[in-house]
Amino acid sequence: MEHFALWLGAFLTLGILSFLYKDNAWYKLSEAVFVGISAGFWFATLFWDNLVGKFWDGKGEEPMLWVGAALGLLMLFRLLPKVGWLSRWPLAFIVGATSGLWLMNYLASNIMSQVQATILPVFSSGFGAGFDADLATIVGNLVIFVGTFTGLVYFFFSKEHKGVFGGAARVGIFFIMITFGASFGYTVMSRMSLLIGRIDFLLGDWLGMIG
Amino acid sequence: MGQPDTAPLDTAVFADSGAVTVAPVESLLAEDHKYDNGRAVDLSWVPSIDDQLVDSKALGYRVYRIVDGGEADSLADLPPFAAAFTDGSVERGHSYVYFVSALSPSGEFPSVHTAPVKPEREWINLSRGWLFLIMLFISAAVIFFVETARRGKKLFVRKIAGLEAIDDAVGRATEMGRPVLFIPGISDMDDVETLAALTILGRVSRTIADYDSKIFMPVSRSLVMTAARETLKASYQSAGRPDAYSDDMVNYVTDEQFGYVAAVDGLMAREKPATVFLLGAFFAESLILAETGNSVGAIQIAGTARPAQLPFFIAACDFTLIGEELFAASAYLSGEPRMLGSLKGQDVGKALAMIVILVGVVAMTMSEAWDVGVMENLRAWLVRVFSTS
Repeated sequence: MEHFALWLGAFLTLGILSFLYKDNAWYKLSEAVFVGISAGFWFATLFWDNLVGKFWDGKGEEPMLWVGAALGLLMLFRLLPKVGWLSRWPLAFIVGATSGLWLMNYLASNIMSQVQATILPVFSSGFGAGFDADLATIVGNLVIFVGTFTGLVYFFFSKEHKGVFGGAARVGIFFIMITFGASFGYTVMSRMSLLIGRIDFLLGDWLGMIG
Repeated sequence: MGQPDTAPLDTAVFADSGAVTVAPVESLLAEDHKYDNGRAVDLSWVPSIDDQLVDSKALGYRVYRIVDGGEADSLADLPPFAAAFTDGSVERGHSYVYFVSALSPSGEFPSVHTAPVKPEREWINLSRGWLFLIMLFISAAVIFFVETARRGKKLFVRKIAGLEAIDDAVGRATEMGRPVLFIPGISDMDDVETLAALTILGRVSRTIADYDSKIFMPVSRSLVMTAARETLKASYQSAGRPDAYSDDMVNYVTDEQFGYVAAVDGLMAREKPATVFLLGAFFAESLILAETGNSVGAIQIAGTARPAQLPFFIAACDFTLIGEELFAASAYLSGEPRMLGSLKGQDVGKALAMIVILVGVVAMTMSEAWDVGVMENLRAWLVRVFSTS
């Protein structure tokens, strides 16, 4: 059984990789198996974790679970055309609650924390009391300040990007693109680890060519 | 609050003669953690005078807890110089007494007991008062601009390159007789990026309905499928073509990230869409999807607020909405007073942030470099106002 699973895994892995050549029957088969099994897996997981694990087992202790269950039940009203509009209520609840929750989260993390972290000294006179930042710190602070400020200018939609404002916006997008370039390299390296994992499976677990 | 007692002797393990004795900690204080759900107690104390950098006799500290007058239980061992601890394992309705032992090679030297503490729930987090006021300020700005727009005043919003291309991209699909593929990311409806994507879908699908083009939309979340169908149905109705709408335009694939990607890649290779929209929350699948779309010759308009995925979209797509542009897109596309006002109100928030950063940096620099007292006060005030803890 273990050997069968190993060979099946290798067969499906190669099937998915065959898409690099072109769409083909082997890929279609692997895709269908992947999608079908994962959809079934998620159905079983959500059923046992949420419906049974959270609601059924905890319904007596946590009254709010009944609210969730009622909203979930309303979703099923889509199957009845005459009262299908009721299924919009849970959607409206989710959208409204999400917006409200994220408003405070974004305000705290994207504005408040960012502003506070950007309030940094950008100059050293050398004789100021208690100021001991070296040149590297000052340059780093300047980069943070200029990058954040001009980045905000770029995302300001109420003014055309012209003149001095446009120049600041260009500096802002310059900073953003440098950040993306660094992020690109970093993320590509982490993706390589996924590929190495699959090659390790094929050459090591399946073919036994590497230890 | 009652007077603290001394620790019972049986909790302390004293060494025999010649032992290394350590003075206990002093001023031990236990207080209910402020502005929480009644789930934590904060302890603070002055470390033992024998806790020294050189030739220290103290090895660290051990925190004990007594629940409802029961036995003392050891909670945590802390390193030398520790002077505070938060007990995050308390429950409302119980009484807690604490003491802290200074540890030496010869044993433990306990402090006095604290007065009993009962953790309480606070309904309003007053430490976030400034956050609330700033939220009110930005909300007031949004309401002001919404009302201004409703009164008929035209609100200016600068052009966003990716959005200008939407009509052209849908028109291209119509001319080529090939479908439009809309991928709303892989997050659920509790992600604001998915909400932004579905708002843009409303505008895109209206154009598709007008042009009598074809759209298909594989999704990885059942709730997104329901919401997307509602959005498409409303768009086709507003375009006067409700008969052209079909539930089959949106179909659920699987919640599994790479299972979804495998299906969408296959779909792209077989249907060869002329236009692909990748808008919403994307993760490791972003480059796989964008490269496949690129390989079938589709014009691609992407947008996400995930910094790690944006570089891939910029590299592989024709137009990319970067972060905030994704959220601004819905207002820009709709032209509705309500949404435009919201966008302008957010700009007020950004202007406020820019002003505070500018003033804060000047104040910080002057206070640090030239020790200007007024500037130091201003800097401290700004840091306090924008603190979120």
